[in-house]
Amino acid sequence: MKAIKVENLSKAYQLGEIGTGTLSNDLKRWAYKVRGKDDPFLKIGETNDRTTKGESNMVWSLKDLDFEIEQGDAVGIIGRNGAGKSTLLKILSRVTSPTTGSVKVKGRVASLLEVGTGFHPELTGRENIFLNGAILGMRKKEISRKFDEIVNFAGIERYIDTPVKRYSSGMYVRLAFAVAAHLDSEILVVDEVLAVGDAEFQKKCLGKMNDVSKSEGRTILFVSHNLSAIKELCQMGILLENGKLSNYNSIDIVTQEYLQFDHQKSKYTHDRSKINKLGFIHKIDLFSYEKKITNSFKAETISYASIKYEIVKPTKYFNIGFTISDTFDTHLYSSSDTDKLTAEQLIEIRQPGLYNVIAPIPLYNLNSGNYKITFIMGEINTTLFDSVEIFFSIENNNFLNTGNRTGILLSLNKWQYTD
Amino acid sequence: MQPINSKKMPLQNAQDESWDLEIKPQNNLFELHLADVWRYRDLLGLLVRRDFVSFYKQTILGPLWFFIQPLFTTIIYTFIFGNLAGISTDGLPQPLFYMAGITAWNYFADCLTKTSTVFKDNANIFGKVYFPRLIMPLSIVVSNLVRFGVQMLLFILLLTYYYFTGANFNITFYVMLFPLLVILMGIQGLGIGLIITAMTTKYRDLAFLVTFGVQLLMYATTVIYPLSTAISKYPKYAWIIEYNPMTTIIEGFRLGFLGEGSFNLQSFLYTSFISVLLLFIGVIIFNRVEKTFVDTV
Repeated sequence: MKAIKVENLSKAYQLGEIGTGTLSNDLKRWAYKVRGKDDPFLKIGETNDRTTKGESNMVWSLKDLDFEIEQGDAVGIIGRNGAGKSTLLKILSRVTSPTTGSVKVKGRVASLLEVGTGFHPELTGRENIFLNGAILGMRKKEISRKFDEIVNFAGIERYIDTPVKRYSSGMYVRLAFAVAAHLDSEILVVDEVLAVGDAEFQKKCLGKMNDVSKSEGRTILFVSHNLSAIKELCQMGILLENGKLSNYNSIDIVTQEYLQFDHQKSKYTHDRSKINKLGFIHKIDLFSYEKKITNSFKAETISYASIKYEIVKPTKYFNIGFTISDTFDTHLYSSSDTDKLTAEQLIEIRQPGLYNVIAPIPLYNLNSGNYKITFIMGEINTTLFDSVEIFFSIENNNFLNTGNRTGILLSLNKWQYTD
Repeated sequence: MQPINSKKMPLQNAQDESWDLEIKPQNNLFELHLADVWRYRDLLGLLVRRDFVSFYKQTILGPLWFFIQPLFTTIIYTFIFGNLAGISTDGLPQPLFYMAGITAWNYFADCLTKTSTVFKDNANIFGKVYFPRLIMPLSIVVSNLVRFGVQMLLFILLLTYYYFTGANFNITFYVMLFPLLVILMGIQGLGIGLIITAMTTKYRDLAFLVTFGVQLLMYATTVIYPLSTAISKYPKYAWIIEYNPMTTIIEGFRLGFLGEGSFNLQSFLYTSFISVLLLFIGVIIFNRVEKTFVDTV
């Protein structure tokens, strides 16, 4: 059974300042509309690529989306910044209306674009639970029925009759999420709300959302940049690219494509204008131990990055290096071309020119999952010349029957029984 | 194709092609989602409560602050308009005359000015969650009603005081119109406020006019003078005051509680018609703007 059906959905936004010099444009548009013509400021086919300047100052944030979501599915929406994820959620939660097309929905939609919308600092936790619940669409009776559950989940029983302005920010967020998590809706739309709160609470939120989707059979749409969270929660994924639907498939395939896509993008088209013109990274390829270009590696191997870079002026204390971090941005490993150099070699001046270097990336003991490798080059501790981010994943099939082990590090060794 | 957009409530296992909600670019002009507003009535109550409670939190005098403003305004008006300028009060005790006008006028003015900024003030919350937007201005009108109720208490106290000191006034049968007059005032304030807030989301110019305009409008209403004086002094221009729908209300209010004022069915019907028309236009424009204002505010 379908829960959501999106047909031909597009949304246009006006760039630049609104209110100055727009009155004449407004009149012009109105005149076109009266004569039954298309809006002269909406050029068809202009895509929303924020890095290039367009001709018109209207831009399509979403363009011709068509998809259906089955009831009970948990769908992750991924894409780079500005791909249209939030716009899509805003339309689904009726905060703004589409420019063309329609969305058909079965059941009640509860949206959580922000935690704690409508909380009033002067009111107590108890009063705010009722107020926030009602804003999210609950009846008073419903809230009373779930009140204890909400307070329990938030874990703030002691502070329930204290104004929320006295709460710590963590408590505030806990309470806010608790209210939203107890909504009785068939469809739950969640924007990146888990970026707040401590790790324990984030886990609790994810767990609650998991319950909601798996045991209660409700439909979830979830936007996040945290790919491991998305993978854990969702079975299906939607990849948006410049306002268009790029892929709608099982979450593994979609995240794979996203990483691939990001890999290519970051390799060739990072924004050159923003960095100082002292040096550039021209090209980075990641190789597996079999010398294949890829960004998906086997655990317990060593892979390599082949880097081509350019230095513009003679540079003292030059170095190029990389750090590997997980999806929570925890640094796991870093390495640089100055590692293991002698003191004399270190202060040697680098001459301008093109350089090719192979950097080893040891993956012996990283667990399977998604990682990010960030290459940076510049003068040590002073000037950054250029940087490139590439996402990659590590697969492993060490653990027959039992599924993966958790944690960042891979379990490598066999256990020994003694007599 | 199967029929779409059936307006049923969820929670029933309907057929695959029947949808509970369709999100489209522009809905019909007269599709006002009033059923939605009714469904969110609990929110209205809670918002009113929030306004009331947060008003006097961390103050010593608490709700007493509701009294201060009309009380001092009455005193000032008595000095300036009553004694210095010597404007007639139709033989009524001056404080009573002014307070009657001020209390009623304040309700209308508060409804108007507060609803006229509803989009701007709530842009943040409107941008994050959907609920029928009309709930917000409605909650303002009801909040102000509570405030008005408290101020009426003060007026009635003053009335009782003058009654026992034997002042020259009498409560008439027209006092029965009081609830109707209050509703009309609320409707008018709400209607004009909705029109203004809808028109100021994109171009803010009109917003500057509001506070200033409300002030001026007060002088075109019989708050500080009786209609009879206006007619006798400016027979040519008194029609401006007579056609002002608020005049009918303030005059009716004074006639009911104090026995001096004017009332005729014709102007009452005229006022009712204008009020309902303003509200109707206001709600339609408001609904029109509500759908996309998040992008332009």
